[in-house]
Amino acid sequence: MDQAEEEKVFQERVDAEEKIEPKDWMPDKYRKTLIRQISQHAHSEVIGMQPEGNWLTRAPTLHRKAVLLAKVQDEGGHGLYLYSAAETMGVSREEMIDDLHEERAKYASIFNYPTLTWSDIGAIGWLVDSAAIVNQISLQRTSYGPYARAMVRICKEESFHQRQGYNIMMTLMRGSDEQKAMAQDSVDRFWWPVLMMFGPHDSDSVHSAQNMKWKIKRQSNDDLRQKFIDQTVEQANAIGITLPDPDLKWNEERGHYDFGEIDWEEFRRSMSGGGPCSRLRLAHHRQVHEEGEWVREAMRVYENKKRSNQEAA
Amino acid sequence: MGTEISVKEYVVRLGDDALILGHRLSEWCRNAPFLEEDLALSNVALDFIGRARMFYTYAAELSGEEVTEDTFAYQRDCRDFKNHLIHELPRGDFAFTMVRQYFVDVYSLAFMTSLLESSDSRLAAIAGKAIKESEYHLRRSEEWMMRLGESTQESHRRLQSAVDELWRFTGELFDQDSPERELVANGVAVDTRALEADWNRTITATMSKISIEIPKDELQVTGGREGKHTEFLGFLLSELQFLQRAYPGLEW
Amino acid sequence: MTSHTQLYEIFIRSQRGLDHKHVGSLHADDAEQALQYARDVYTRRSEGVSIWAVKSSDIAASQESDCGSFYDPLDDKPYRHASHYDLPDEVKSL
Repeated sequence: MDQAEEEKVFQERVDAEEKIEPKDWMPDKYRKTLIRQISQHAHSEVIGMQPEGNWLTRAPTLHRKAVLLAKVQDEGGHGLYLYSAAETMGVSREEMIDDLHEERAKYASIFNYPTLTWSDIGAIGWLVDSAAIVNQISLQRTSYGPYARAMVRICKEESFHQRQGYNIMMTLMRGSDEQKAMAQDSVDRFWWPVLMMFGPHDSDSVHSAQNMKWKIKRQSNDDLRQKFIDQTVEQANAIGITLPDPDLKWNEERGHYDFGEIDWEEFRRSMSGGGPCSRLRLAHHRQVHEEGEWVREAMRVYENKKRSNQEAA
Repeated sequence: MGTEISVKEYVVRLGDDALILGHRLSEWCRNAPFLEEDLALSNVALDFIGRARMFYTYAAELSGEEVTEDTFAYQRDCRDFKNHLIHELPRGDFAFTMVRQYFVDVYSLAFMTSLLESSDSRLAAIAGKAIKESEYHLRRSEEWMMRLGESTQESHRRLQSAVDELWRFTGELFDQDSPERELVANGVAVDTRALEADWNRTITATMSKISIEIPKDELQVTGGREGKHTEFLGFLLSELQFLQRAYPGLEW
Repeated sequence: MTSHTQLYEIFIRSQRGLDHKHVGSLHADDAEQALQYARDVYTRRSEGVSIWAVKSSDIAASQESDCGSFYDPLDDKPYRHASHYDLPDEVKSL
């Protein structure tokens, strides 16, 4: 088969909702796009451990401490599932980490915002994880098999993440005035960055059309964002949180909430390393990676020694 | 002779050991040399935090006042904590953490096996759960001793220096004060002095396999069970207790 | 750039009586470590009662080019499937 014919067969397979598996023929661009997307998804999970992780040692009760540790650990696990899915396409985890360190690969800009108070942990669990799940539920139907399967596993595990976040917010909103103010302040700071997580408007999105055709993406940025907003308003109302958008109103005709315009300048700044903690997050990841090098080197050598011992025996 | 301690105080001591080590281990989350190990260390941390909660919950029940597990963790000062000092030392490098873990795991498995025979059935039940965890922890930390001990010069050097640093905090594990010994006599507490010979034998055998020298005639640092800590504990507690101290008496 | 250790494929039996199912992969420097990490990575919610770890490089996989000769000949034997045989309406189960 020539290239054009291969591509036709590939597209037919995608159109028929057949999953693409690692050894299948696939267009180069499809492979590259997926490696980029899956690895950036993986980096987001791993970098996302930092803003929450820095409250592990300050969690206010032993129950919260255990829950948060289990949660941040899960994020690491999700990063691992995703690296593992990307590795099926022939790229190594080291290469992906190197791309992150050299700033060739990005991660979700939401993690470039600092966690200043305990309620930020609640806001992240509730809003950031809910937004992530809306996106990930959609990706359970992505065309690349290993990615879709990783998403299924991740969605299953993440349901407790948003619940625990919402539970933190609910507890604070039932608490003292200081606690209520703390919770509201977190939402005020995180609401807009969370809406940015869904990416630019469909009309401004560079990759959207092709990714939809290949069924890498199943729903558009704007649709997913709308879905998230629609489901979140009720949750906010239920605990007395005000979402910081004066334009947020139910639109009977559309059957959706209308909302205000996102500050895209802020989005671009944050994506290109101008977020409050961008440098810190990358520097931390690099430092941990460097500090761990001697351990990984010890493993390499140990593995080789074992192998040569076995061969000698 | 000596002042008696109640079963409750004994249980709190065991809770303190577990909490402080669990806290130190949780600091590895997002900081481990690679992802698989990050997850594994968090699992061990979760086990110790869970263990602390079981001990504190039992202690709270024995208190019979309006006391919860969190009262013990969040509302006592440095001198009230009675953990063994080895648990509060900063996590150091990966070799330091794994050597501490190995020392503690060998101890802990023997300790919990003995606690299983306690005349206090709640303690015996906690021990039953803890033994399974410790078996797994030990399997891991023992393999790390081999892995780091038989690999590169650097890993061997780091392992040796961790052993040198930690050795002076191991004697305390077996140095039971007289109040605790009274609880040994009535069958509640573990006789830790009886665990020392086996512990030494195991550690010595492992270290000699990987050519790590054990410091000789090292002066031992003690005091944890009397609340005489290293300076590190105060900083740990100020982080751990920050919210409860800044906003006292609230639900979180 | 090489990985610090080998890749292992992980298979988990979620309960007795079921097959082991592929769940993903991880890096480890020997089989024992692969099993331990599989426990920490893939069974944090007691998803497994038994774990297999297999070096990815040891897996022999059929190739795309084999597809025709491997599977097509098996595809023309519908009589191997129960659904091939019609039952009279009054028979509810067989």
